[in-house]
Amino acid sequence: MTAAARAVRAISSADAAKPVVEVRNLGKRYGSQVEALRDINLDFPAGQLTSLLGPSGCGKTTLLKIIAGLLPATNGEVFVNGQKVTGPGPERAFVFQDFALLPWATVVRNAAFGLELRGVPVAEREKTARHYIDQVGLSGFENRYPHELSGGMRQRVGLARALAVNADVLLLDEPFSAVDEQNRRKFQEDLLKLRQVENKTLIFVTHSIEEAVYLSDRIVLLSPRPGRVSEVIEPRISRDRSPDQIRRDSAYLDTVETIWRGLRDYAD
Amino acid sequence: MSVQTNSQIAGGVDAAREGAATTATSGESILLWRLASIVLFCLAWEIAGRIPINVAFPPFSEVVMAFGRIVADGTLPAAFLDTLQPLVIGVFLATAVGIVMGVGMGLREELEWAGVPVFVVMQAAPMAALIPLITFIYGIGLTAKVLSVIILALPVIALNGYKAVRNVSPSLRAMCRSFLGSRRQEIFKVILPDASPMIFAGLRLGISAGFVGVILAELLITPTGIGDLITYHRSIANYSEMYAAIATIILFAAITVGLLERIEIALFRPEKKEHA
Ligand SMILES: Nc1ncnc2c1ncn2[C@@H]1O[C@H](COP(=O)(O)OP(=O)(O)O)[C@@H](O)[C@H]1O
Ligand SMILES: [Mg+2]
Repeated sequence: MTAAARAVRAISSADAAKPVVEVRNLGKRYGSQVEALRDINLDFPAGQLTSLLGPSGCGKTTLLKIIAGLLPATNGEVFVNGQKVTGPGPERAFVFQDFALLPWATVVRNAAFGLELRGVPVAEREKTARHYIDQVGLSGFENRYPHELSGGMRQRVGLARALAVNADVLLLDEPFSAVDEQNRRKFQEDLLKLRQVENKTLIFVTHSIEEAVYLSDRIVLLSPRPGRVSEVIEPRISRDRSPDQIRRDSAYLDTVETIWRGLRDYAD
Repeated sequence: MSVQTNSQIAGGVDAAREGAATTATSGESILLWRLASIVLFCLAWEIAGRIPINVAFPPFSEVVMAFGRIVADGTLPAAFLDTLQPLVIGVFLATAVGIVMGVGMGLREELEWAGVPVFVVMQAAPMAALIPLITFIYGIGLTAKVLSVIILALPVIALNGYKAVRNVSPSLRAMCRSFLGSRRQEIFKVILPDASPMIFAGLRLGISAGFVGVILAELLITPTGIGDLITYHRSIANYSEMYAAIATIILFAAITVGLLERIEIALFRPEKKEHA
């Protein structure tokens, strides 16, 4: 290998490792009583899916909303692409736990809503929205209303809306928690497939150990209130096999077991 | 790339169709039940009138005939015009002011502190008792009637608007902000449509209250319009005509309020169209 080629490799690997989102000394209090997060320091590398895993009430949603710019931090700061976060930005898109779809708008309008708010002309934004509706597997449902869709389908609309604004970072707050188990697995597989097409950095909140291990490049374990980073785990599971094979893989099972042992102390 | 199997999509479509079919049939049967209840009501009225329970309670058929008479001699249409003028002006003003103030109170804390207690008191107090006072100040003209409509209609419209905005889904608001919606966009694209069912519920109640206000004003202070028609026919013991006037104004109020629901669905809630 030539020196030049080596230099290029070094740069590109440095690029890959460069964090898109940096969280520095972050703390959050609600009022004077509730301390939701304490002294969080985290890097989220570009192109990776990082899960925030922890018991209910440990501050996962709070952390994600602070990164999204929807909540102010009490201490510390968040940087996205080196810029300090002071509010929502075009490089971040949120997928909500309760879907947050407009009940009075069709699937197309919902998926295009982020672009509508940015003033993109209607023909253009609906074209983009239709593309992503197709990508999440909802072709044929463009003119339906949310109440006509199942929970899983609604969250696919939420995902299409987040993809349509072409943000670098997708913030997903327990996107599958209101989806039944069967559809959840299907959706998880689809999310993995989508990741190969769309090069995004994903920050994914979940309280399911299996889900985190199945999907993530990195798992951040949070301790109960006040939420702190207790461990960062990299599952290193090769994903070029079938979902069933992955779920029977020893690396997968071992990681689930390790995390479970780590979290068991917190179970009440 | 499509990442969903066809069977799932087909399943979804079937489920959606099934849902639509059930609502369609239940829609038809609801209409039938409504018709049946109206027929039953008229029948009961007819029988009660023929027994008779009271000399002052004519059967339904005679009221229908009396209705024909007061339409033919022009007294009912003239009375309607008299009543409608202050009603329309009053309801229009109460709607405009009530929605703006209600939504304003829901959006801004200063307005909430200043406005909500006033409207709560207005809604709780028997505002009808103020109608004679209004006459005392404004005489017995159009202004007095319009004010009677407003004091009865405004509180419920404003308070419902306030509660409606307060009840807008926080998650939808966060969604709008996270996708970079401006404050203006948040209000017009999320808050108002999400609040519209409750705002319209307030409007329906407000308009009913407006009818009460204008009829009360006509009965209590300014002998004109439908209120006067009712008083006049009662005084000469024309009970059929009196009931015809009462029934007409009740029917008119009900139809107005029903139309409002249609308008709301057409304007704000297209997803409810097939169920209405
Ligand atoms: N708006 C709020 N006011 C007060 N306490 C809150 C608020 N939101 C969340 N909390 C508290 O902060 C803690 C973390 O909440 P959250 O981030 O929603 O946890 P998670 O998403 O991990 O379940 C919880 O104990 C919750 O009760
Ligand atoms: Mg949460």
